[in-house]
Amino acid sequence: MYENLETAKSPEKLKRVVVDPVSRVEGHGKVTLLLDENNKVKQARLHIVEFRGFERFIQGRPYWELPVLVQRLCGICPVSHHLAAAKAIDQLVGVDPENLPPAADKLRRLLHFGQVLQSHALHFFHLSSPDLLFGFESEISQRNIIAVLNEYPDIGLQGVKLRKYGQEVIRRVSGKRIHGTGAIAGGMNKSLTKSERDYLQKDIKQIIAWAQGSVALIKKVHCSNLPYYDDFATIPSNYLGLVKENGALEFYHGGIRAKDAKGKIIMDQIDYCNYNDYIHEEVRSWTYMKFPYLTALGKEEGWYRVGPLARLNNCDFIDTPLAEQARVEFKQQGNGVMVHSTLAFHWARLIEVLHCAESIESLLNDADIMSSDLVTQGEKRFEGVGVIEAPRGTLFHHYEVDENDIVTKANLIVSTTSNNRGMNESVRQVAAEYLSGQELTEPLLNNLEVAIRAYDPCLSCATHAVGKMPLQLELVDAEGQIIDKLIKHNDGQIERNL
Amino acid sequence: MSETITIDGKEIPFKAGQTIIEAATAAGVYIPHLCHKPGYKPHGSCKLCTVNVNGRRCSACTFPAATGQAILNKTQELEDNRRKITQMLFVEGNHFCPSCEKTGNCQLQGVAYYLAMKDNHFPHFFANRELDASHPDLLIDHNRCIFCNLCVRASQEKDGKNVFAISGRGINKRLIINSKTGLLKDSDIEVNDCAVQVCPTGAILEKRKGYSTPIGQRIYDTQQIDQVSLTQETVYE
Ligand code: FES
Repeated sequence: MYENLETAKSPEKLKRVVVDPVSRVEGHGKVTLLLDENNKVKQARLHIVEFRGFERFIQGRPYWELPVLVQRLCGICPVSHHLAAAKAIDQLVGVDPENLPPAADKLRRLLHFGQVLQSHALHFFHLSSPDLLFGFESEISQRNIIAVLNEYPDIGLQGVKLRKYGQEVIRRVSGKRIHGTGAIAGGMNKSLTKSERDYLQKDIKQIIAWAQGSVALIKKVHCSNLPYYDDFATIPSNYLGLVKENGALEFYHGGIRAKDAKGKIIMDQIDYCNYNDYIHEEVRSWTYMKFPYLTALGKEEGWYRVGPLARLNNCDFIDTPLAEQARVEFKQQGNGVMVHSTLAFHWARLIEVLHCAESIESLLNDADIMSSDLVTQGEKRFEGVGVIEAPRGTLFHHYEVDENDIVTKANLIVSTTSNNRGMNESVRQVAAEYLSGQELTEPLLNNLEVAIRAYDPCLSCATHAVGKMPLQLELVDAEGQIIDKLIKHNDGQIERNL
Repeated sequence: MSETITIDGKEIPFKAGQTIIEAATAAGVYIPHLCHKPGYKPHGSCKLCTVNVNGRRCSACTFPAATGQAILNKTQELEDNRRKITQMLFVEGNHFCPSCEKTGNCQLQGVAYYLAMKDNHFPHFFANRELDASHPDLLIDHNRCIFCNLCVRASQEKDGKNVFAISGRGINKRLIINSKTGLLKDSDIEVNDCAVQVCPTGAILEKRKGYSTPIGQRIYDTQQIDQVSLTQETVYE
């Protein structure tokens, strides 16, 4: 829609505004705007400025270390990486998802529901509720969780407790609240004891009630701010994610489905082991984050969004009753077809919290989670792919090992990377429609951050890749003018250019 | 009446031929150590067990107990030095406890916790060490070797083989394997050899076993290394 704002024609004549760092997101990113003399936005970009080297780091390590090694990619959704890697190394020991012992499958799901619950609660209550409850352009002193706790003590406290419950689920299953163990090749290393199960069962009714309350809250916030909430940062897009075989919402294991902006299915029930045939990644010179796209539609048309909004747009139904009811109400926002509103990410996220809470309840009632039949094994393989729906969207882990069990190749596509184009589109839309031509103030700039924050990006995860990425260095004077610029190209060549 | 020594003022009996650490352990006194293991010939290389005997520094694992010794063990100075030695071991190799499969079962980590080591203190060496995964059932991660020599002794003394040796000196010191290719796969080592089981860190490992013990059930999850040592290392052959 605003592709022309990706790269301005003669940037050297423009004023530069930088939002750095983008606050209340996980990791480090920045937004740059180039403005002309009338404050008209000529260029708007979300850049990722940190750089890490996980894929390289993993090479040369024995494969069984992977679930524990790669979860260090992230302090927010370590369980997602832990489980995606575990699914991949299951295949290395010859175990496909359907052959995992039921106890291990259910314990992993329980762990994952705990993770999605805690991550979503953290994002909504700690990071986003200040914007949503006080307004996007409210006093900066108000835009934090402390102010929410003062002003809306019940809501704030419920958020803290929802998150804590998710962490407790994680701790009981994996031994620690963050960076535990748990999943090993072909299964799990422990089941729940009766006392652990009872401990988690004690509070689950309350958790479901709070989750229901939070869905009601976001629905009210969204619907009482129409059409603004439907329009802000909104972009029609394709959506991608896993769904169950019967089309239900799924976080742990399923086939890949993608829909276009009109709701038409582009592909369905694709075996994720073949993701390489369907998804490619493009590199652009001005950011460390790659741009994935559906090969069938090409670089320009093939970009897609992932995460809660994508999942609710993609699935046919949710297999827990309260969340399903909430989904039906949610879908009315998009006339029953597709919801494209970027701020609806929040609503979708809280419906998922409710689904997690309901699913945790039914898993806790399942005796399998206390079984001791936890691990199985098959014939060794040399390649493994693990894909799950992480809180922020579809997460791909792909490994190859040699005959000595050592990792020779690793490829990760993390959720936030899939949303790269979407976030940039949203940034450009907000810049063009809400900021352009105005005197820029901090509250106005917060609008940009609100748009990015809706995606709940995890920028630390998204910059795991190491390779020959180009690097750009800009020198900016007090007026914000770029006075010098060094570019390191893919081939290592350094160029000075202004 | 048996003869006695004192450790930090406490009177402790000893038998002729016992080292200080043997007498101490038998009496329930922990002296931090890494290269020492009951039942193995003393090696005296890590220096963690250094105590003060009548004003002189000695390795408790090699020094014989003798009547009249007044020994200092748990003093601030000695503990500070032990912590520094441990920190040096950490920076010399590449020990990433958070993702290491030996976490919770590792003596180096156990000692570090016992000595309240909070950081590495010294600049990291970033040593370029290798991994030998050539053996079908075993793996050596040289990043985690602390040259305690226990595998060398175990292979010779217990397994009746001669798989390992320490070669080079100082910074160039390394664990080498007695096979024509220098690789583990061409040696006569087997999974159940004492040389495999004895490794105090995560340097010699059985493949595909990592992380199978859940957090909470690992050796040092519930007990500190001093208690573990005193309850499990008291048997001398
Ligand atoms: S234990 Fe005595 S020198 Fe190592």
